[in-house]
Amino acid sequence: MPTDKPLSFQGLILKLHDYWSRQGCVILQPHDVEVGAGTLHPATVLRALGPKSWRAAYVQPSRRPGDGRYGENPNRLQHYYQYQVILKPNPDNLQELYLGSLEAIGLNTRLHDIRFVEDDWENPTVGAWGLGWEVWCDGMEVSQYTYMQQVGGLDVFPVAGELTYGLERLAMYIQGVDNFADLAFNDPDGPEPKTYGDVFLENERQHSEANFHGYDVETLKRQFEDMEIQVPRLLGMTGPQGQAIVLPAYDHVLKASHLFNLMDARGAIAVAERQSYIGRIRDLTKMCALAWVKNEGGNGLPDAEQVAK
Amino acid sequence: MPQLLIELFSEEIPARMQAQAARDFERLAREHLASEGLIPEAVKSFGGPRRLTLVAEGLPATQGDRHEDRKGPRVGSPDQAMEGFLRSTGLTREQLVEKDGVWFAHIHRQGRPTPEIIAEMVEKIVRDFPWPKSMTWGRGTLRWVRPLKRIVCVFDGEVVPFSVDGVESGNVTEGHRFMGSGQPFKVRDFDEYAEKLAKHFVILDPEERKDRILDGAKTLCFARNLDLVDDEGLLDEVAGLAEWPTPVLGDMEPAFLDLPPEVIRTSMRTHQKYFAVRDPAPGKLAPHFLTVANIEAADGGKVIAAGNAKVLSARLSDARFFWDEDRKTSLEDRLEKLKGVTFHAKLGSLYERVERLELLSKAIAPRVGADVAKAVLAARLAKADLGTGMVGEFPELQGLMGGYYAREEKISGVVADAIRDHYRPVGANDEAPDTPVTMAVALAEKLDTLTAFFAINEKPTGSRDPYALRRAALGVIRILLGSEARAPVRELVGDWYRSLRCFVDPGRALYVSTKRTTGYLGPLSRSPSEVFETYVEEFEDALLEGKPYVVVTEEDFDIRFDRSAAAGDAPEGEVIYEFRPYGVVADEVMAFFADRLKVVLRDQGKRHDLVDAVFALGDDDLVRIVARVEALDGFLKTEDGKNLLAGEKRARQLLQAEEKKGPLPAGPAVGMAGASPEETALVGAISLAEPAVARALHNEDFAGAMRALSGLRGPVDAFFEKVLVNSEVAAERENRLRLLAQVRDAMGRVADFSLVTG
Repeated sequence: MPTDKPLSFQGLILKLHDYWSRQGCVILQPHDVEVGAGTLHPATVLRALGPKSWRAAYVQPSRRPGDGRYGENPNRLQHYYQYQVILKPNPDNLQELYLGSLEAIGLNTRLHDIRFVEDDWENPTVGAWGLGWEVWCDGMEVSQYTYMQQVGGLDVFPVAGELTYGLERLAMYIQGVDNFADLAFNDPDGPEPKTYGDVFLENERQHSEANFHGYDVETLKRQFEDMEIQVPRLLGMTGPQGQAIVLPAYDHVLKASHLFNLMDARGAIAVAERQSYIGRIRDLTKMCALAWVKNEGGNGLPDAEQVAK
Repeated sequence: MPQLLIELFSEEIPARMQAQAARDFERLAREHLASEGLIPEAVKSFGGPRRLTLVAEGLPATQGDRHEDRKGPRVGSPDQAMEGFLRSTGLTREQLVEKDGVWFAHIHRQGRPTPEIIAEMVEKIVRDFPWPKSMTWGRGTLRWVRPLKRIVCVFDGEVVPFSVDGVESGNVTEGHRFMGSGQPFKVRDFDEYAEKLAKHFVILDPEERKDRILDGAKTLCFARNLDLVDDEGLLDEVAGLAEWPTPVLGDMEPAFLDLPPEVIRTSMRTHQKYFAVRDPAPGKLAPHFLTVANIEAADGGKVIAAGNAKVLSARLSDARFFWDEDRKTSLEDRLEKLKGVTFHAKLGSLYERVERLELLSKAIAPRVGADVAKAVLAARLAKADLGTGMVGEFPELQGLMGGYYAREEKISGVVADAIRDHYRPVGANDEAPDTPVTMAVALAEKLDTLTAFFAINEKPTGSRDPYALRRAALGVIRILLGSEARAPVRELVGDWYRSLRCFVDPGRALYVSTKRTTGYLGPLSRSPSEVFETYVEEFEDALLEGKPYVVVTEEDFDIRFDRSAAAGDAPEGEVIYEFRPYGVVADEVMAFFADRLKVVLRDQGKRHDLVDAVFALGDDDLVRIVARVEALDGFLKTEDGKNLLAGEKRARQLLQAEEKKGPLPAGPAVGMAGASPEETALVGAISLAEPAVARALHNEDFAGAMRALSGLRGPVDAFFEKVLVNSEVAAERENRLRLLAQVRDAMGRVADFSLVTG
């Protein structure tokens, strides 16, 4: 454990914001649509594609309805935070930059055992994959580090480096607590100290109940189809500069994806249906990815390897 | 002679790929150098977390001049062919030489400086390296396992200059990521390289890294009077995760020790890559773990040990949660869940597999002397743990957890053991089960896998064996041979076809075509078991005899066997399962077993031809086949055996030659008046040998059968020496041919000697 007073949960976020801001990242706010992981934010999925450089960092609330445990499991939440950094193209010294971020949040790399352990990242619902590692600190996975190779079935060029920190887990480690609810959310010595439990425990209880027992499955199915149908419709339109209407279309992919997760948590997806739903979401993502790349003027590869214009 | 040093320095290489990468690096370098006529005195390569290194000793400074005579087109060939040849050799027509109507090119190649060749070689190796998975990074197009950062290439103390997609070669590398100075340093040769790396906390040689881990771990354990639990695979892996591997001993909460030890070890190993530690006195796991860090921390690893202990506690809490939750539901109650899990699209659910296993175990139990009821119960519950949380988390604990949960339910120990061990043997070093109930279920499990996939025509091809059918067959062989259990393969395959009766679902009838062996389930209003039991025997007979097909119709529950329709015409209705006919599958499975058995016997040093000679008899009882091979092997090593083999060959060839002239006389030879003593002796010998061989074979005393045959050796030798078979007296010739046929046939009952080659 670091010897100084450990960072609060929000202190951790502020340190990371400060650090990555100094590396030239735009510091974004969370995307305002429910997503299952920070990767799905359009700042990563869409901005990873195309020829343009891009550096961004943001916190993304991530929702996994099936992981809810009514706040009773010390490590599992249906709503939690990921800290996401994307740098395109990946700088040559990305590993050193990443290790610098660990130092910045108080992890001394001469005292802690940091290791890069093979982990190839893949997200079939968005047709994405990359190679990289999970980064271990004293045996605990603190980050996912990926060189993104494909998104939406399209080559990522220039290649983007993606870093994902699991904030609750990292904070629990830094603060030395065993239950997410006991995390100091703000300064525990300040005028109005709050724990993570003070802020989010009730949220876990209510959402867990709604996720597992609340939602009407037929409505969810209908809503899924309603969202699905908007995607090709929006992509078929053109904006004032002649561009495809990708960003709104992609928001509907995210909504459909979240509705699928809700149906799954309700136990409403049969084994045989599952692949078909995932395939539908992937196809929608691919359509968006292709339209995005066309808007951006190609995917950065030499002409011969360009995706169909 | 000059030395070549190459280092390919990159971001962290997956541990599992390092050893193969080092081998590939060495092989590619050797091949390339050899193709240029450069043969190093020694080559060595090393794989590690951030670097692949190769050193080649004793290369010449320059490549020698090379001469080659290359054959070209024939004289008078079309111009096109000549032009192509000239282009490829770089010569003119005047420079070619004619020999026997063919043009030859004498090519002389000036030797080039070795560095030039090395530069080409490294670039080619880097571009074509056979990583199992590779990637690009930044704006580059070069592929490597992770970003390639530096190339060291030094020949005879000098940098070999080149660049691969912007990565320049040089003589500069760097040390440990955290413990090194952070400053790159220059190297002149391999000795300096290894020495400087060590000074900067990098151990180059994976074997030395392993030694450091083991030595350190044992020292730590010794100081606390503990034993390290050896784990070769884990050692290989952790040695690939650290350049300066440093063992750290940590404490585990003792309360977790009430979990099954395998659960603790598996959780440590798969999630955390920790070694377990044992208390030597009771020989049980101790409340500690051993992790291997990449740094020697200033505080002696206190922070690292504490952090890892916390992570382990969280992991073991998860395991305890599964252990507690899983025990709330009985194995029997878990079976329902298996109905929703697909075993294979063409073979139905895991539950259907369980039903087959029950019936198969029931059939197999008596063959291995097992209690039938216990075998059936064990088979029924054997797969139930696949639905538990613990096996979901740690698939490698399948079987083992079922055994634990069965014991917790107070199910009999014999049954619990069978549930635990029914996957065995899982590898060449794993022991085959040897208790009857476990053997029955283990055999059923493997036979179901093997026969089912053959029945849907999913057979292994070449190196592709996705369902591990070879391993299943080998498991059956090892269990049968180890126990000498008698279970002919065709009968076992028949047992499997009989187990298909479980494909009757409530509310549906069953149709089976033996031509297509199709399970068709049509509508049914009566209880299927009631209907099924009435015709199951006839169904089985039809199935096993290859009758056209059997139809069960709803209007006639007294069961109508419709054999009138043409074979292969599928009646209307939904085809649920489709299997190939028993006869074909039984033959194929037997041939598959024969191949596996040959491998087993060859590994034991048995002659390949002897195995063939015994298989040719068509026996399908593996235990008997092996006994025969062993007896035959022993027999042919004796003087009698060798001579008799020659005698049999002579008799067989002579009979074959005579057969071409006309049909051979049938029946046994008789003692003819006036026959030579040799002929009479052989008639006597064969009349003694035949019943003796028959008796021995009946008792499966193959050595005895061989002994009986060896009595023929002297008389056969003497007969061939003294007696002319093709006598001009027809009756004499016929009698002698009869005699030789008897000898051949008597020996043919033991093995097909025509297949014995050596």
